[in-house]
Parts: sequence; structure tokens; C-alpha cells
Amino acid sequence: MGKMSVDLCGIELENPVIPASGTFGYGYEFAELYDINCLGTFSFKGTTKEPRFGNPTPRIAETPCGMLNAVGLQNPGVEKVISEELPKLRKCFRKKVMANISGFSVADYVFTAEKLDSQEQIGWLEINISCPNVHGGGMSFGTDPKAAFEVIEAVRKAVKKPVIAKLSPNVTDITEIARACEAAGADGVSLINTLLGMRISLKTRKPVLRNITGGLSGPAVFPVAVRMVYQTAKAVRIPVVGMGGVASAENVLEMMLAGASAVEIGAENLRDPFACRKIIEELPAVMEEYGIENLKDIIGRA
Amino acid sequence: MNDLLLTIRKNIPLTDTVCKMTLCGMFPEAPHAGQFVNLRLSGHYLRRPISVCDYDDGELTILYKVVGEGTAQMRGMKPGEKLSVLMPLGNGYDTAPAGETPLLLGGGVGVPPLYLLAKELLKLGKHPSAVLGFNTKTEVFYEKEFRALGIGVTVATADGSYGEKGFVTDVLPENYSYFYTCGPEPMLKAVFASSGTGGQFSFEERMGCGFGACMGCSCRTVTGYKRICKDGPVLYKEEILWEK
Repeated sequence: MGKMSVDLCGIELENPVIPASGTFGYGYEFAELYDINCLGTFSFKGTTKEPRFGNPTPRIAETPCGMLNAVGLQNPGVEKVISEELPKLRKCFRKKVMANISGFSVADYVFTAEKLDSQEQIGWLEINISCPNVHGGGMSFGTDPKAAFEVIEAVRKAVKKPVIAKLSPNVTDITEIARACEAAGADGVSLINTLLGMRISLKTRKPVLRNITGGLSGPAVFPVAVRMVYQTAKAVRIPVVGMGGVASAENVLEMMLAGASAVEIGAENLRDPFACRKIIEELPAVMEEYGIENLKDIIGRA
Repeated sequence: MNDLLLTIRKNIPLTDTVCKMTLCGMFPEAPHAGQFVNLRLSGHYLRRPISVCDYDDGELTILYKVVGEGTAQMRGMKPGEKLSVLMPLGNGYDTAPAGETPLLLGGGVGVPPLYLLAKELLKLGKHPSAVLGFNTKTEVFYEKEFRALGIGVTVATADGSYGEKGFVTDVLPENYSYFYTCGPEPMLKAVFASSGTGGQFSFEERMGCGFGACMGCSCRTVTGYKRICKDGPVLYKEEILWEK
């Protein structure tokens, strides 16, 4: 047990740093750049029952201190993820990986979760009920406590691995959704997914994104994420995975003080592909600077 | 791909909106024609992808058009300033199918990647020629540099104020073995429709990461979904599906 190790739903992580879904592909792109076994784990690209191309481009827009994306859950579908992506990942990552799952109906979520639950290399099932960029699914499950309860309960009953509900910040009271997920049997919650946003080009007088709206991420959302992690950690007894604009070792510690048992890092991977490795390397010195002996000791101590 | 800290050696205007920047430093991996670099600018969250115009012996040349805040900031940068640069990115042009007399078709700020391509083709003993298209005389750049390579160069302007009058597709030579092109999408579509040989197209798209992680710049092709940044920006003629 190292001083950076944390427990996430009964599985020990060497450190709390987890690249967030949608910013790290299925891992092997990054494995060409560095040994990704230094990560606590990572959450792979949001996977659905059927293959999806996602939204038309442009899918990306810049914002002050962040970015909007409207990718729309592009992925090859769960069958191909299991037959092609996971075997490639197995060659470069020996730890348990977090599967990120999306759907358009309760049955979709259950189907994909059952398939991935049977994969030995997967440690956790992160159930994305918060994607703002698809219609008729995703976020509509994460903005209504009854719908959230229904999908998490159905998945929980169908699988053996720990279930982590990924929550949307686009709600009035995130703790209400978190409590519903806890009541449905979730083993943890992760938050925040992106905040719904929009940009308009002065040149074209039209929205920059073809999807019109997109999800805001990056340092711009960090204080919102810290606040929601803090509120949620006080409202539930299950572990909280904190994310949203984390870009440094200091940010990781702040998230943990707010109540995060582990920390996901998203947009920062896109502007600096080495970001997670750097943060892991910097953590010990920053811990020492602030007199932190063991990371576990600071969770929720703010 | 490496994250390099490069030093600006020169940063000069070529036209009212197009500038040339040369950067020096240690390059563990030399870029090929059609590849691009992704620059980090202070005060901007996302990097700026810019195609490689030339690379020679520890010096990288990029030409960029000032179209927004990021490129306007680049224009103001001085020699000696340093930039974080992810490179080389993308697949680049495939010179294998070029044949003996490949044709390079560039439009506006799509011209730069064809310069390094012309050099690479010459090194392979090929006899490339270039057609460079611009809107008007004051926007013409790099004609002299292309001519200095000793290759045939035709310049066309849409308003006829310099060189031939018309679009690049109006002044195509009769015989060429293969083509390589880069330019605005309407031009690429016109080249697609009027070319009689095989060829390769370099595409542009708004990117998140530039190295294949975020799926921000995906497109549909005959052979499945491709990421412009990683599986492109160069696509073969036979795999292109036009949308929109």
C-alpha cells in the first residue's frame, strides 16, 4: 500500500489518477507515447450496444479556459470493443480498466453492461447517464431521479462488477440524482460530466457546433465540479469519483479534499497527451509540500 | 509524436494575411509532406494545427493564414520566443503511387504542404509540376519558392489579376500521372470531379487533440470512419465520401 494508493469500490488503485472517458480512446494510442501502467486506471471511450458514428462536424469549439465537444458517443459498438479494442489494450495495460457505457433505453444499458461485465480485464462499469450530446438517451436518464434509479437498478441486478453512475451537472440538485443512484444499488458515483454550452460565430452568425450545443469541459468548470463533488460526497455513503477541469496535481488534491476517492482527468489529455503521467509524477512532491502523508487521509476533509 | 519546445527563428508576412514562421530546435522525428504540427499558444486552451510547409536540417517552416484570435496572436510573435509543438502528426502524403509526372494542386493556404511534397518527389527522381490557385494577385505567395525547385509552376487567380484566370481546375495540364491536392473544400470537390487519375486529398477540420484521442474530427469514408487528425489529413481519392 503506497502513500498514493486509494480504494475504489473494493479495488485498490496505485494512485487516484484516471483519464476520463472520451479523452483517452481505448488506451493504446497513449500507450505509444508512454507506459500507461503508471495510471490508477482509465475509463475507456463510451460504448453503446450498436456502433455509432456520432454527430456531424464541427464537433469541437474553443472556449475561455476550456472547450465544447459534441462528439456524440462515436464508438464501434460493444461487440467490436470486446473482439478488437480490448485485446489490443490487453497488450499494453495490465491493470483493471473502467468500462464506460451509454445507451438509449434501459435494455440497451443492461445489454452492454452484461457483455462488458463478463470481460476479465474490466474492473468497474461506469454507467454514463449524463451524455449531453445525444438525443433520446444519455443525459435524459441522468436528469430525472426516477429514470436514474431505474437504469442503475436494472444494470446493478444484471452484473457482478462494481457499478459507478456518471452524473450530469445539468440539474438543479445533483445530490438528488446521486441519492437515487445509491438507493438503486450503485457502488459509486462519478461527476461531473460536461456542462451544456454553446458558441456562435460572429463571421457566420451561426452556432460553431453542427450539433448547436455541446459539453463544456476544461479548467473553466473546475470550481463547479469541486462544489458538486463536495455536496455529493456529503449526501451519499458510496465513493465519489471527482472530475471536471482537473489539470494539475494540486487540482487532484483539491478534488480529494472535496470528497473524491479518485479523480478523473479529461480535457487536459487533449491539449497535453502526457498530462496524466506528469500529474502522477508531480503528486509526491505536491503532497509533501502540503504535508500530506497518505492521500487516503485527505478524502472529504475540507 | 513528440512534445517539443521550439524557438521561433523568423516570423514574416508573405501577404496581408499569410505569414511564414520558421522554428528551430531538436527534432527527434522529421516530418513528412502532408503532416502537421499542433502549437500551444498562451491564453488559448486548444492547440492550433498547422501543416508543415518545409523541413530541413533542424528547421521547420510553417505558413499560416490569420483567420482568428490564435493566428492573430501568432503573427505578433517575435524571433526568440518559444512554442510548445506536438509533432509530427497525421499520416502525410503517400509518394508511392506518384508515377513519373505527378501534379500538385494547391489552393490558397492549402499550398504550403505541397512545397515539401514537391521536394520529396524530386528526391525520388520524379518530375512534379504545380498549379497554385489564389483569389487575387495580392494573395499570391510561394510562387518564387516553387519555381526555385526547378519544376513547372502555373499560377491561377480567380479574378484573373495575376497568372491564368480561373480556378486550378480550369488550368489543369493534359497529361499527369497522379495528383496531390490541398485547399478549400469546394476546390477539393472540383478537383475530385475533374481529375482523370488517382490522387490524394488533404482535409481540414476543427480538431480537439490532433492525435486521435477525442474523435472530434471524424469523417465517413468508403473504408469506414476515419479521424482527420490521425488516419488523415490525407485521404486517397477512392476512399472519399462527400457529405454536407
